[in-house]
Amino acid sequence: MLKRVHFPTSVLPYLLVAPQIIITLIFFIWPASQAVYQSFLIEDAFGLSTEFVWFENFQILFEDELYLESFWRTIVFSAAVAVLSMGSALILAAFADRVVRGATTYRTLMIWPYAVAPVLAGALWVFMFNPTLGIFPYILEFIGIDWNHYLNGTHAMLLVIFAAAWKQIAYNFLFYLAAMQSIPRSLIEAAAIDGAGPVRRFWDHIFPLISPTTFFLLVINAVYAFFDTFGIIHAVTQGGPANSTTILVYKVFNDGFVGLDLGGSAAQSVILMILVIAMTVVQFRYVERKVEY
Amino acid sequence: MVENRRILGIISHIVLILGVIMVALPIWITFVASTHDAVRMTQAPIPMLPGTHFIENFKQTLFGAGLSGSEGAPVWRMLLNSLAMALMIAFGKIAISLLSAFAIVYFKFPFRMGFFWMIFITLMLPVEVRILPTFEVVANLGMLNSYWGLSIPLIASATATFMFRQVFLTIPDEMLESARIDGAGPLRFFWDILIPLSRTNIAALFVILFIYGWNQYLWPLLITTDTDMTTIVMSIKQMLEAAEQSPQWNIIMMTALLAMIPPVFVVVGMQRLFVQGLTETDK
Amino acid sequence: MTHFKTVLFGALAAGMTAGMASAQTEINWWHAMGGTNGERVDKIAADFNASQSEYKIVPSYKGNYTETMTAAVAAFRAKEHPHLVQVFEVGTATMMAAKGAIYPVEKMMADAGEPFDKGDYLPAVISYYQTPEGELLSMPFNSSTPVLWYNADALKAAGVDAPKTWDDVKSVSQALVDNGMDCGISFGWQSWVMLENYSSWHDKEMGTKENGFAGFDTEFTFNKNDKLAARLDDVAAMSEGNLFKYGGRRGDSLPMFTNGECGMWMNSSAYYGSIKSQAEFEFGQTMLPLDTAAADAPQNSIIGGATLWALAGHEAEEYKGLAKFMTYLSSPEVQAWWHQETGYVPITTAAWELSKDQGFYDSNPGTDTAIKQLSLNTPTANSRGIRFGNFVQVRDVINEEMEALWAGDKTAQEALDAAAERGNALLRKFERSAK
Repeated sequence: MLKRVHFPTSVLPYLLVAPQIIITLIFFIWPASQAVYQSFLIEDAFGLSTEFVWFENFQILFEDELYLESFWRTIVFSAAVAVLSMGSALILAAFADRVVRGATTYRTLMIWPYAVAPVLAGALWVFMFNPTLGIFPYILEFIGIDWNHYLNGTHAMLLVIFAAAWKQIAYNFLFYLAAMQSIPRSLIEAAAIDGAGPVRRFWDHIFPLISPTTFFLLVINAVYAFFDTFGIIHAVTQGGPANSTTILVYKVFNDGFVGLDLGGSAAQSVILMILVIAMTVVQFRYVERKVEY
Repeated sequence: MVENRRILGIISHIVLILGVIMVALPIWITFVASTHDAVRMTQAPIPMLPGTHFIENFKQTLFGAGLSGSEGAPVWRMLLNSLAMALMIAFGKIAISLLSAFAIVYFKFPFRMGFFWMIFITLMLPVEVRILPTFEVVANLGMLNSYWGLSIPLIASATATFMFRQVFLTIPDEMLESARIDGAGPLRFFWDILIPLSRTNIAALFVILFIYGWNQYLWPLLITTDTDMTTIVMSIKQMLEAAEQSPQWNIIMMTALLAMIPPVFVVVGMQRLFVQGLTETDK
Repeated sequence: MTHFKTVLFGALAAGMTAGMASAQTEINWWHAMGGTNGERVDKIAADFNASQSEYKIVPSYKGNYTETMTAAVAAFRAKEHPHLVQVFEVGTATMMAAKGAIYPVEKMMADAGEPFDKGDYLPAVISYYQTPEGELLSMPFNSSTPVLWYNADALKAAGVDAPKTWDDVKSVSQALVDNGMDCGISFGWQSWVMLENYSSWHDKEMGTKENGFAGFDTEFTFNKNDKLAARLDDVAAMSEGNLFKYGGRRGDSLPMFTNGECGMWMNSSAYYGSIKSQAEFEFGQTMLPLDTAAADAPQNSIIGGATLWALAGHEAEEYKGLAKFMTYLSSPEVQAWWHQETGYVPITTAAWELSKDQGFYDSNPGTDTAIKQLSLNTPTANSRGIRFGNFVQVRDVINEEMEALWAGDKTAQEALDAAAERGNALLRKFERSAK
């Protein structure tokens, strides 16, 4: 946690942390504590009449089947996004690692979706999959699939998974490629001399060696899918059809920002905050252990 | 390579090219859509090859009333606002995070752990989830319609601090010991040793934060009422949401293309530093 | 702080009026009109500003309807709200319940001494936004109503006429599909078109307490309307053989109509401009189909779109300017222009008359369908509109349940029951919060 060697105590460290602490206090802790307070209230949108209800908002939430379903849905969604984007990035990185020339060019060509705004990425995917206009439904029709994500919850879920995974491929690819390129060539050559084919070499030697990267990416991708995909869902399906793409973060946003149910939304925020803090603690445990050896 | 099997090499290239196509297809479609006229883009199936209206759409978007109302801000102004916001977020966050990570890693002082946790619980909760209370705070401070209001609340997150902390922890203790033998004070040490050593990480964070700032939508929408403060991503959403009208895809996609250029330029231009800075630390 | 500012600016303003008397009073107007309609909003404001020198209307685009409303609510809580905000019709109950936050338009006009005669306005348009006592709360701005759009070329080719009843809709759809079309009919804004307007069109209630007009202790009863359930079941059954095809919420299904996939489309009359620019065929609009099992003749349809709400807490002088702007906005010339450009219905009788005199309906046949449909009969308790709290969420609930129906997961009765139950829970929550 702390360097074994460190500077003596003085007023300096306080000055150094001050800017961040002040900003955090004003723009995070203060609003967050207001959200906590809000979660105990039933209030009209304009804040003109307020009733203190203790834990009723939470009680309503946990009696709401749809809320409980959205937990499960969030897990499925996050897992699918992580697997899809990491899987495709892994395959691409494995091939890019093989090519002698052009690895950098490929990297350049694959890196840029990272720069596209989620709102924009969502709009692009909606456009490509529009049941009437889109290019994909047009192609899918030839193999007998009547694509309609407006009606079919599975289609809608697939679409947001594609869009979310697509945005993350670039990032995963970078990490995998860097990890593979840092493996000593001699190790792979030795395996080749033993007669291992390229596929065997990958599974038996390369994949285990990059497992720390895989674990790290798993955390990053899960967090991304949990919290950062709200923009994509908002642009693509708005949680529909029939709630089939409403994940937790989207529900907080939708109930609070769209539905103006401030108490219910704040209660969900509080639950999310607790979740985040728990996840952060877990991540620190892992990271701390890594740093110690 | 270990064995130069030609076929395998060719397969690799084919797979990679397919991968590039998959990754770049949405961008290609954006480009294609920006080269057709409005009506063509509402007819099925949409074209896959560029049309002839690129220049026209470009002109209309950049100089015409293509983006918003006649009183709306011109595109260059929106690009400038986005740029200001993205840069303020990137530089602001990097500066405060470097300082606080330095304090937390290299000093032992009362309440250190308190500060540590106060910073780190902000790690992952996105601003959208606490947007209404945050708005109230910003409004009470009189920061609506200002670059400060646009950027500072988004700086309140710990990702960068977290990353610099990781970087500093990997720097060998001998560095500090020898610096102290040389008689360097904490600030000298920070400026002469820590900053140069974290150069690539700073660059990587700059890329991440620039893109994060550039791509913000909901926050700028909420806190700006002055059309002079509109950002480019806001304006795209605005065109998508025209009530009871169908979107003008050609102009939207052209704007999207313009909006993508600066962040793509930053990512591609800084990719070497970006990759190094990211992969050398938090694995 | 804010108070101090007000005092300071008040003093400054007083000093300035004493000094040179030319300072303009700025009035902020937040709206949700993107695209070309946004340009028209800017033009209205600019024209008003040019017509006098005392006041300046400053329009700002604040996102779509929900984003605009939430922005105004958030701003109100922080005491930074605009004078005027555009709110969609489903937000009416929420706005109305916020008694301390709104300044009823009729009262504002009276306080400002601005001449105002409710009789000038079309009853079907303003009845939605009146209190049970008849006070007008907000100024209708962009109002529309659902109509049935049809592909005239396709209907001609199939040898059929535009439908008048739901039986016709079925036979026309069948004829279109038999003639090679992909689908017969589709619609958007399903809660508004298939539930809210179905109820008013056939003079059936959607909820108790005069559809919520008479009190917040209202409950949904649309699930007790067995004609509605039967109609929805029938529509769902029409998806067999593609007589009906669901194309998404809001206006998402528009391309299905303009691309000639579906021959008929029920949605807002305000899509006129989009259809005109995109459809490469002759099209027409006609009144909503009548369900002969539910009524012998149609009552009237209800409006959608948005109104302008004045928010409380500003200076009297500013409201004076706002009142002048309301008068300007309601003038026949402005209204007729807005109506003809956008496809929204005119809000005053004078503007309707003016459009007639200008020959607009002769050169654009069918464009008066919406207004005729709205003023078909004097609105009844069932047809003057609806006023349910939390209705943004209720509409989502209805969307979800109807999607379950179209997907074949539920019967109409099951979907309506579930929607009513979930909707009632939201109504109770609203009732508590609005006290």
